[in-house]
Amino acid sequence: MITFDIGADLFPLIACTLAAICCGLLGNFLVLRKQSLMGDAISHSVLPGLVLAFLVAAEINPSVMFAGAALAGLATVVLIEAVKKVGNVEPGAAMGVVFSIMFALGVLLIEQAAARNIDLDASCVLYGQPESLAWFSAPPSFGDLFAWRTIGEMPRQVMTLLAMTLLSVIFISVFFKELRIAAFDPALATSLGFSATLLHYALMIAVAGATVASFEAVGSILVIAMLVCPAASARLVSDRLLPQILWSVAFAIASGVVGYFAAIAVPAMFDRDAVSIAGSMTVVAGLLFAFTAVASPTQGVLARAFRQRKLARLVALEDLLATIYRRDEQGVGAAPAAQAEVSLQSHRLQSVLRLARKRSLVTGELGSLALTNDGRRVAERLVRKHRLWEDYLVRKAGVAPDHVHESAERLEHFAPAPSDGPEKDPHGKPIP
Amino acid sequence: MTATVHSKPRRRQGEVVIARPEHSKESPLSVHAMTVAYNKKPVLWDVDYDAPANQLIAIVGPNGAGKSTFIKACLGLVPSASGQVEFWGDVYKRARPRIGYVPQRESVDWDFPVSALDVVCMGRYRKIGWCRPVTRKHKRAAIECLDRVGMASLAKRQISQLSGGQQQRVFLARALAQESDLYFMDEPFAGVDAATERAIVDVLRDLRASGKTVIVVHHDLQTVPEYFDHVILLNMRVVASGEVADVFTQENLQRTYGGRLTLLSEASEAIAQAASGRR
Repeated sequence: MITFDIGADLFPLIACTLAAICCGLLGNFLVLRKQSLMGDAISHSVLPGLVLAFLVAAEINPSVMFAGAALAGLATVVLIEAVKKVGNVEPGAAMGVVFSIMFALGVLLIEQAAARNIDLDASCVLYGQPESLAWFSAPPSFGDLFAWRTIGEMPRQVMTLLAMTLLSVIFISVFFKELRIAAFDPALATSLGFSATLLHYALMIAVAGATVASFEAVGSILVIAMLVCPAASARLVSDRLLPQILWSVAFAIASGVVGYFAAIAVPAMFDRDAVSIAGSMTVVAGLLFAFTAVASPTQGVLARAFRQRKLARLVALEDLLATIYRRDEQGVGAAPAAQAEVSLQSHRLQSVLRLARKRSLVTGELGSLALTNDGRRVAERLVRKHRLWEDYLVRKAGVAPDHVHESAERLEHFAPAPSDGPEKDPHGKPIP
Repeated sequence: MTATVHSKPRRRQGEVVIARPEHSKESPLSVHAMTVAYNKKPVLWDVDYDAPANQLIAIVGPNGAGKSTFIKACLGLVPSASGQVEFWGDVYKRARPRIGYVPQRESVDWDFPVSALDVVCMGRYRKIGWCRPVTRKHKRAAIECLDRVGMASLAKRQISQLSGGQQQRVFLARALAQESDLYFMDEPFAGVDAATERAIVDVLRDLRASGKTVIVVHHDLQTVPEYFDHVILLNMRVVASGEVADVFTQENLQRTYGGRLTLLSEASEAIAQAASGRR
């Protein structure tokens, strides 16, 4: 059972969903650049920047925090490049070295801050505190929400997230073409005057900004998940960039909303207390990805298995026709060879036979199958291709005549026939 | 009919040192004393080259001879340890709008969510400029380029659904869309089907006919005399460069490829063909 209380739920839900959208949008370009780990790196390594900003400003001041995080984000990118070059290691290792050390530095700084009675908690960094966004003077009904008062009472965290989400939308729409070319072909982008390095840094600053905006409300776990999961799921359902981005927003919203309610509703089913909202949203994002990986209409496991089956059935059908053709050619009466030679399991043979009858390629029953005129034409083309390929393999590729049947068996279904050949194949059979 | 053949130690005592001609404004590419090293191991050593204008130029040499590196160093994509590169007597930055580059096909991710048309449109981004959308006018121009390589009917296909040869043609169309005066192409003929090979050759000849210069890294010695006017034989140094008829000889190939017998037999076949072609 799901209850919605405006005071307790509205702003946390909005904050989590906005964070998901904002990170999901930017994540598209990380995933396309094969730099998903960069989101992980940046979201961890902004921590020391945040803590330093906090220590300097002595309060939670969004603009100072943002500046601190952006600087830390830039430092991370520069350091990663440096480690890659100096250490001569692969990019993943360079990121791992830099962000774990930066994060550790952040944790040490937090301890120092705690010693000075400043309230900062490392676990907040991971899970955030969406619960703290409760609205105590909330109106009782939805109708009263549409008032200026609502905007005025919006918590600072929600405002920041709203601003950052709008900025991300603007950033991606204005630089859509530039981000696309820099992700697809950085060398060309640079040679055309669109510096791939510059765009890379701009993207990283945006990611750092999204991290900071999200961090207080939802924590870094959700940020990392949302930088990767929605974009990765969207890639599976679309093969164009703009639809992919729109899909990633849809996946982000779904993870946010479903995850938020699941955090309360699912444990309630087992008489347990609500779980971490960020954790729940991340799990939902993961489940959504698993679902798309299985069920995507173009690239999903199911769709591929279905296509594979359809292809196997066509190949079996062709084999059946060719077998009957060869049997007729040898004139060995009505040999019950069809089943044995096509070497199909009996239920597959039945389905192939049904297909053959539906396309009126064969008549008669198993054991006395005969080709129709259409069936004969298909079979003849196939046998011709098979024997031409055998001839080609023996004459042009120097394969021994008793080794070519297997290859020709595959080529006859997929490759076009060699253009020309003699009257007879290497085994002395006529080429129709 | 000039052919420069560099002997290995370039300035032995007593030998006449041929003075290098001044960089001319006509030469689309002048390379002077270029040395490139990866991790302190030289890949290119003291390369001098002046490209003649309006010619099809092949770069040939064994694997690891630095052919791709030569192109990349000219375009500033890899840093060179020393030397100068000039385009029409100007530095790369200023000449950039006039230079097109077709990288090796493997250099990009062909699963990227874009259509063939999107990729060709990228060639026009400089003309479009920062932050402006791709207009219908530019799309029309891109489709024309696709048509020149025989790919207009596949414009809407996602690039992963194209065959290797078709992908190569998309790259070529993208270069055409750049409307450059000098093109660098890195192994455009590698692993393509016969139809694509013909399409590329036709485009190369079109480009020459319209006054462009094309420098192509090429691996198939047999087709050098048929496709190209000039050739650079490269193996860390420029072994020889000049018109194919003068430079593409058994002796020079032997010096370029060393004792690689299979390649040499290929080469002698190619030379025999070239000789019969000239007759």
